[in-house]
Amino acid sequence: MATPASVHAHAPQGFIRRYIFSLDHKVIGLQYFFLALTAVFVGMFLSLLMRIHLIWPTAVLPLIGTIQPETYLSLLTMHGTIMVFFVLTTAPQGGFGNYFLPIQIGAPDMAFPVLNMLSFWTTFVGFVVIICAFFVTGGAPLHGWTGYAPLSALPSAGPGEQLGADLWITSIAIFCIASLMGALNFLTTTLDMRAKGMTLMRMPLTVWSWFITAILGLLAFGVLLSAGILLLMDRNLGTSFYVPLVVVNGVVLGHKGGSPLLWQHLFWFFGHPEVYIAILPGMGVTSQILSTFSRKPIFGYRAMVYAMLSIGFLGFMVWGHHMFMSGMSPYSAFAFSILTMCIGVPSAIKTFNWLGTMYKGRIRFQTPMLYAIGFVSLFVSGGLSGPFLAQPVLDIQLHDTYFVVGHFHLIMGVAAIFGIFAATYYWFPKMFGRMMNETLGKLHFFITLAGTYAIFMPMHYLGMAGQTRRYSQFTEVAYQTKLIPLQTFMTYAAFVTIAAQFIFVINLFWSMFKGPKASDNPWEATTLEWTTATPPPHDNFGGVTPVVNHGPYEYGVPGAARDYVMQTDPATAATH
Amino acid sequence: MGLALLLLIWLITLASTYFFVAKTWWLPAGASAAAGWIDHQFALTFVIMGIVFLAAQLLLGYIVWRYRESPSSPPVEYSHGNTTLEIVWTVLTAVMFIGLNLMGSNVWASQRFDAAEPGAVQVEVTGMQFAWYFRYPGPDGKYGATSPKLMDPSAGGEAAVGLNTSDPAAKDDVVTGTMYLPVDREVDVSLRAVDVIHSFFVPSLRFKQDTVPGLNIHMHFKPTVIGEYEIACAELCGLGHYKMHGMVHVVSQEDFDKWLAAREAEKQ
Repeated sequence: MATPASVHAHAPQGFIRRYIFSLDHKVIGLQYFFLALTAVFVGMFLSLLMRIHLIWPTAVLPLIGTIQPETYLSLLTMHGTIMVFFVLTTAPQGGFGNYFLPIQIGAPDMAFPVLNMLSFWTTFVGFVVIICAFFVTGGAPLHGWTGYAPLSALPSAGPGEQLGADLWITSIAIFCIASLMGALNFLTTTLDMRAKGMTLMRMPLTVWSWFITAILGLLAFGVLLSAGILLLMDRNLGTSFYVPLVVVNGVVLGHKGGSPLLWQHLFWFFGHPEVYIAILPGMGVTSQILSTFSRKPIFGYRAMVYAMLSIGFLGFMVWGHHMFMSGMSPYSAFAFSILTMCIGVPSAIKTFNWLGTMYKGRIRFQTPMLYAIGFVSLFVSGGLSGPFLAQPVLDIQLHDTYFVVGHFHLIMGVAAIFGIFAATYYWFPKMFGRMMNETLGKLHFFITLAGTYAIFMPMHYLGMAGQTRRYSQFTEVAYQTKLIPLQTFMTYAAFVTIAAQFIFVINLFWSMFKGPKASDNPWEATTLEWTTATPPPHDNFGGVTPVVNHGPYEYGVPGAARDYVMQTDPATAATH
Repeated sequence: MGLALLLLIWLITLASTYFFVAKTWWLPAGASAAAGWIDHQFALTFVIMGIVFLAAQLLLGYIVWRYRESPSSPPVEYSHGNTTLEIVWTVLTAVMFIGLNLMGSNVWASQRFDAAEPGAVQVEVTGMQFAWYFRYPGPDGKYGATSPKLMDPSAGGEAAVGLNTSDPAAKDDVVTGTMYLPVDREVDVSLRAVDVIHSFFVPSLRFKQDTVPGLNIHMHFKPTVIGEYEIACAELCGLGHYKMHGMVHVVSQEDFDKWLAAREAEKQ
């Protein structure tokens, strides 16, 4: 179909044009990937400091000293923000989506390569700005990643709420702009640049997931951008969008008539779709890998597509379930609650279909498959605490407790990270031309799965017992003091899990340079990225325009020469 | 490898389930009229989700072990799914999730849609960085006027909530740092915040409500067991969030009257 004028058969030769300000979606995908890798280690380090502070509040750490209670709140704000935006949104969509969406649909590049480069570098600026918040006077903000006003709108409400909070909002606004550019590019590319024969219902489920994620991003980030600008105005220009008449430390501030709940509505109108932005690509890659490594077609391809579409659609109508305790009308809680329960239905369909895909398959246990199976397990565990929180009457007890923290970490944190790990182990050979070490990969998987469950499952127990989240100490409330032993266990589990991530990093960088050479199709998979050279040439298919004759998951086709039929193989009557 | 995965998934599942079923950590004993209903709905949800959790995880572990590739594995079944099955499990999960939700909705409605019973004890709860204040309207049953300009948190008590002492209705208002409530009587709380959002959370009473600057939120509940219960702030409100702690003393009507009379006497 359409070919953008800026796509050349040969890559530019200069280092800067080739690796820094590159227009090649593959290079940009890798840039996003390494940005997210940097961010995830920053975010993980912050969580390590938090876990240490919770158990040993007076410990003197090398270079850092003793962590103060307000610093703990800055750590949790920055941990949440960096993880949600610069890891869970950046790696699956910006990283793997950028690299593989054009190849999987048989396109030579994204529809708008310059816009693509711009969206990466804008994201990069956003990351630099948020890191700066650590180093300004007053430090990073303490209002949490949700930034509830008036706390986030009043510089006098606490340390870190001065310049640090302005930088925090600015960074998020920059990120929103970058994501809007990225979303437009993904949508146009998917709709306009598919190869001949690549009908919508022949697209790999990964492409569907990136496509739906882009729709969500387009609709959600604009709202957050506007909300952030209003917040900056409240802070710096004396407006009162979110702030009514308030008295801080006995001082009557000049605001009047604003609504703190307005921020929550706007934030969660973005915030709930955002959790699907984080998890949908993980669902896509899990489907792709489960089918490939079970050597069986995906069970219920169309049901999977419809399930993702309905998750995306419903995802925009449930934001109020974050606000049952906020003072919002209790009548609206009914609607938000029922709609939230409805999201459980497509989520359950996906789980059934994943089990159905593996059922009677021939399962191969390479590392990508282990992570995909881990994703299913975590998705079930994290998902089943949802129907508790979706009921307003149970939310009375569970809202803002560790139960919520356990829920969202399992499902949008760890499950999404497992999606990213699965994608990394699966596509590494295509991206870098070498194989990762399987032994290290499996070791990394087993420790990470056991470790993350050991950290996040106990959070549900804590939440039931009433342990409130975002407390820097549990010593001030008697019933919470009794829960400290379980918190201590979680900190030790975090030490082990974090240590295991260095196995991954060593494997990643060692394999990049020293791993055995990969063939073009090491997993015997069917989608288009496995039909081209490893790593793919600059225009993806070396001057050939692929023609698609089959659906994406044709494994075990009766009568075929081998147990898989690639999408570009000559047409036969046997496949779909 | 399939066996190792089966063992790990089963181990995680059974260990997690054990601590839920053994109730090693569980909801604190309920001490309000709503607690029974809420705990019942919690238990129902818990049993249903627990069964789904066990079934899904054990099946996942079993499938990955049972269908591992070996030289003797039969060829896979070439199938793109089964529409009947898709419809069956879609309908089943929809009925289960929505039905569960509707069962819990009565409790929510009775708590939030109806006003407090007549004759309920009036208490105003004010949250500010980082303390709770409780105001009782006194014998006249009317809260006196407050003004933001008069608020002085460092002075505590009446001054902290900005009570306008020149208002006749304010003369008999009692402001305290600890909440006293008579047992088995409905409480009509009016929740306010002066600076940022706080959340009034009393786990044993199964009560939580954010206090929001600019809003005056009316809620009601009925403590049913005499005792002392802890209040923990449940909305991030700044650096002292973790120590924004308070106590509710649920006492007999007689003790409550005595306590209130003593506070009134102190005021004169």
